[in-house]
Amino acid sequence: MSFTPLKNLKSSYDTIVIGSGLGGLTCANRLARAGHSILLLEHHTKLGGLATWFKRKGHVFDVSLHGFPYGMVKTCKKYWNKAIKDSIVQLDNIVFDNPQFSLKTSFDKEDFVKILNQKFQIEMSVVDEFFATVNKMNFYDDQSMTTRELFEKFFPGRSDVHRLLLEPITYANGSTLDEPAITYGIVFSNFMNRGVYTFEGGTDKLIHMMQDELVANGVTICTKARVNRLIIEKDRITGVIVGNKKIHAKSVVSNSGITNTVTNLAGREHFSPDYLERFDAVKVNNSSCQVYFGVKQGERFDDVGDLLFTSTAKQFSSEEMLDMQTKSRTFSIYYPKTRPEKPDYTVVASMNGNYDDWMRLDDTEYEKAKVDMIERSYNDLERYIPGIREKVDWVEAATPRTFNRYTLHTKGTSFGTKFEGLEISRSIYKELPGLFHVGSVGIIMSGWLGAINYGVIVANDVDGYLRS
Amino acid sequence: MTRDEIRDIIIEIIQDIDEEAEFDGLDADAPLRDQLDLDSMDFLDIVMELRKRYQITIPEEEYPELATLNSCVNYLEPKLQSVAVS
Repeated sequence: MSFTPLKNLKSSYDTIVIGSGLGGLTCANRLARAGHSILLLEHHTKLGGLATWFKRKGHVFDVSLHGFPYGMVKTCKKYWNKAIKDSIVQLDNIVFDNPQFSLKTSFDKEDFVKILNQKFQIEMSVVDEFFATVNKMNFYDDQSMTTRELFEKFFPGRSDVHRLLLEPITYANGSTLDEPAITYGIVFSNFMNRGVYTFEGGTDKLIHMMQDELVANGVTICTKARVNRLIIEKDRITGVIVGNKKIHAKSVVSNSGITNTVTNLAGREHFSPDYLERFDAVKVNNSSCQVYFGVKQGERFDDVGDLLFTSTAKQFSSEEMLDMQTKSRTFSIYYPKTRPEKPDYTVVASMNGNYDDWMRLDDTEYEKAKVDMIERSYNDLERYIPGIREKVDWVEAATPRTFNRYTLHTKGTSFGTKFEGLEISRSIYKELPGLFHVGSVGIIMSGWLGAINYGVIVANDVDGYLRS
Repeated sequence: MTRDEIRDIIIEIIQDIDEEAEFDGLDADAPLRDQLDLDSMDFLDIVMELRKRYQITIPEEEYPELATLNSCVNYLEPKLQSVAVS
């Protein structure tokens, strides 16, 4: 049995990890391997956080398995195991289709250089200089340049090039043209390294393999356990209150959102005015909407690409992409190759979205808005997979309200915080000794690779604290 | 621990992190990062392993001291002086 019921938990552990997103899971695994006793608490019935899936009418739908950078291979090998690493496979058919251009790419540097030079007629020296610039960006570099300024410097007035370069990253982490250029450069370079990859077997298989690895390394896992509050004594963390139980620990890692962690789990009264001032300036990122399509057993469609960045909007605009009526969406297409042991055809349409827009609606309006979004997604999908309506036997929509319900994230954010959240997250233990935070922050510590690597970085901080 | 012993331990730790790391012809005064294709996550792993094995604390601002094999040895020598090889 992988999970331990709440009533059977011990009264104390070295570290309690609250939340089982990829960052929390990795942090727990790393600390357990370093010899510490670890309790992992998750409010939901299953692990994974936003790395999740759900089952409907025989289909399995992946919520956030859309493609990650090649860096995941090394990261999974080092911090998980070989079997997990060996399940990573490339998605080499990435499609862009919008009024400004249509193209197919393997989404790696070699192909992008060719496309920029041949299709967009950008001089080779400019392309090389652009790649050299983004490749050497570090998170501690100067942040004053925005992505808009970066693009204008290299490709002035070329809104088509800006769209090619930014649109995928906007879907990946909610970036806009007004973010620090370094956040763009770091994430874009990660992808450009070797292209886009996925996990063969789907999110369910990955999370179950991680669960087995955690258990093998001695981590105690307890689900359906929502932490009410941290226990703080003499200005340091000594444990958590979960249900009506107190569990003690030398340190606590919160994989809850950073805003939740400070405001709800700890309480603002435990932080200095200076920290709170910086904390209050942290902006949470936007949320998402999705439409899930399941194709009837026995039906099929041709290979139209793995990831389709589509839009009928004339130009790229972050505002347009967040609008409830957006004409821009990504289709992630899952073929039988995704789950060879359980072959199926499914499609997930992803859009960015604002929590406030969806919260404003009453129940009737909300249901209607979902139906309308499904309809718009069908119309767009029909252009790539003709006759899809007749083949689908399950369709449903998720909105920022859905993301909020399952992750408890402030405003249903699906990409954590903007850049300033990174420093707040990393320095929380200086404010409240024993408390650490891991989770999507600062844009660069977001996405599957960012979340896992941040789990390792924070595990190193916790290990240092426990051994000091 | 002698300088040679410290050197062997660094190599052993890097080999655990990346079994494909090739040490033949390594320039002990040139950055490990370039020669062995190590990234910042790998250096974090080295730091965590040193802490686990020898209770050495290396603050983040001193990570650059680990840049080359020789700078690693120079930096760790005083810290490992009284530690015996296990």
